[in-house]
Amino acid sequence: MAEFLAALGPDAAEEVTYLLDNVPFAIWETLYSTVLATLLAYLIGLPLGVLLVVGEEGGVLPLPRPVMTVLNVVVNLLRSVPFLILMVVVFPLSRLLLGTSIGTKATVVPLFIAAFPFVARLVEASIREMDRGVIEAAESMGCSPLQIITKVILPECVPSLLTGFATAFVTILSYGAMSGAIGGGGLGAMALNRGYTRHQNIVLWGAVILLVILVQIFQTIGTRTSVRMDRRINKQSRRKGRQQAKGKIDRDKRVPPGAM
Amino acid sequence: MIELRGLCKTFPGERGPFIALDHVDITVNDGDIYGVIGMSGAGKSTLVRCINLLERPSEGKVLIDGADMTALSPKELREKRRSISMIFQQFNLLMQRTCLKNICFPMEIAGVPREKAKKRALELLELVGLPDKADAYPAQLSGGQKQRIAIARALASDPKVLLCDEATSALDPTTTRSILRLIRDINQRLGITVIIITHEMAVVEEICSHVAILDHGKVMETGSVEEVFSNPKTEAGRRLVYPDGVIPEQLQTARVVRIAFNGGTAYHPLIASLAIDCGVKVNILGADTKNINGQAFGTMLIGLPENDAEAAKAVAYIKSQPNVTMEEVHDYHG
Ligand SMILES: Nc1ncnc2c1ncn2[C@@H]1O[C@H](COP(=O)(O)OP(=O)(O)OP(=O)(O)O)[C@@H](O)[C@H]1O
Ligand SMILES: [Mg+2]
Repeated sequence: MAEFLAALGPDAAEEVTYLLDNVPFAIWETLYSTVLATLLAYLIGLPLGVLLVVGEEGGVLPLPRPVMTVLNVVVNLLRSVPFLILMVVVFPLSRLLLGTSIGTKATVVPLFIAAFPFVARLVEASIREMDRGVIEAAESMGCSPLQIITKVILPECVPSLLTGFATAFVTILSYGAMSGAIGGGGLGAMALNRGYTRHQNIVLWGAVILLVILVQIFQTIGTRTSVRMDRRINKQSRRKGRQQAKGKIDRDKRVPPGAM
Repeated sequence: MIELRGLCKTFPGERGPFIALDHVDITVNDGDIYGVIGMSGAGKSTLVRCINLLERPSEGKVLIDGADMTALSPKELREKRRSISMIFQQFNLLMQRTCLKNICFPMEIAGVPREKAKKRALELLELVGLPDKADAYPAQLSGGQKQRIAIARALASDPKVLLCDEATSALDPTTTRSILRLIRDINQRLGITVIIITHEMAVVEEICSHVAILDHGKVMETGSVEEVFSNPKTEAGRRLVYPDGVIPEQLQTARVVRIAFNGGTAYHPLIASLAIDCGVKVNILGADTKNINGQAFGTMLIGLPENDAEAAKAVAYIKSQPNVTMEEVHDYHG
């Protein structure tokens, strides 16, 4: 073992110790900033994404055209600024809001600002996929625009919104890793500041591998949950339904002739 | 009573405005099953969507029990829509809700207490013949079952009017019949006025009491189904009522009857047995029938023999057949 470590570099043993000592806290910092930034991004991005669809001309809740133009321009503008630059620009704001512009907490602000327009577009895409006919049916029943949004559009889009959520989470996680470059914390900072700058390859690769594993875990959870929640393709409940149908053939006799 | 008065709908198009509805006048009395039939693109969907104002008419009035729908405020309109339910070709059920929750939906938005809504929804499931599907999701149902759930949902708000836009067009003929039977049942039991949009003659023939023929946004003919179908007065009417390929000028026969097959015996045996059982030979002038699972659907035009006694025998025989309706065509030559 010692020989193997020695072969990796002169400071291999030290690097491994560093990695083991600091990884738990780095993971915690990464998750904490990612979760917080994602939640904040959805707080703004979800309603914004909904508005981008329902506010259109001919939508459920048409908004004045200038309002829609402004919303779209803001979203596009924020999305076109590279994240590193956005972070630098947002520093003063972080200082204003949190009293500090370094550390994990401070990176949440630029992460949130970079992520909410992205989230808005993800939500927008999910809602656009939705079948227009269902909204029309709800309108024909006398639903108000707010009822259509809360009782029809959002619940019907849950599986697709969840898929989007997983994408957003993973993207924010990898953006957060970049923040290590300018004073953030977490696994990204570890890889950059320790691993890359000091040529500690074990730390560098250790942190990167952990990031990859985290992404895999969250993406898998997200996709699985989305599929499990989707009542359109729920194989398990379909199988269950079929079993029930088999067990209860005599029940069918209650169905009047002509009913399928 | 539903009255459409001078109803026009114009859509803006790239090559100038497109007139989808052109001064439509229709009166539907309470308790009627009113069919609107026309070719694809005739404006049928636009017409029915104007009734509950999913589409706002460019001109004209939609009067329901004398009150003009176009004059209502958005809130009043939403209130009014609860008494005008609609079912669709694509069912438009909420896919993430169970059937029971789908049926509860209209009551939920109207603020009916949850327990009461659930009780009513279970009754409606029973009414449409699917009591065991309460907890199933729409994706687990067949097309016909989905439409039954949609009908139950449409009835949940105790409507006075049921609008059906091609409600059976996605279904096979047998299922179509069972859905139509359900709609007729609802019309008779609950006294709900029904407006049926379709491009299929068989649907109108099966359940409608009155019919309007729509062509290029204009109403060509209206009246009772018997009146209109036995004696179509316009080119559009004839095109719908008579099977393809019949050229009126070729017909020299004195009496012509139109037979509609609604899923009974296939038509060849009928004509054959007419010859064997009654010794009457008839002349097939045109036919547009489909044979599905051994059942015939569609229409056929036949010429009766000149001999009055033989003709009467043939008429009596045809009338005695199950699942066959027959009308004498007067004035066939137009
Ligand atoms: N929103 C719209 N904008 C522009 N044109 C429209 C719109 N809706 C309908 N139309 C046009 O109006 C005409 C009538 O359409 P409609 O859907 O009412 O026909 P339909 O009789 O229901 O046909 P189908 O049997 O195919 O459903 C069509 O030519 C269609 O292209
Ligand atoms: Mg249509």
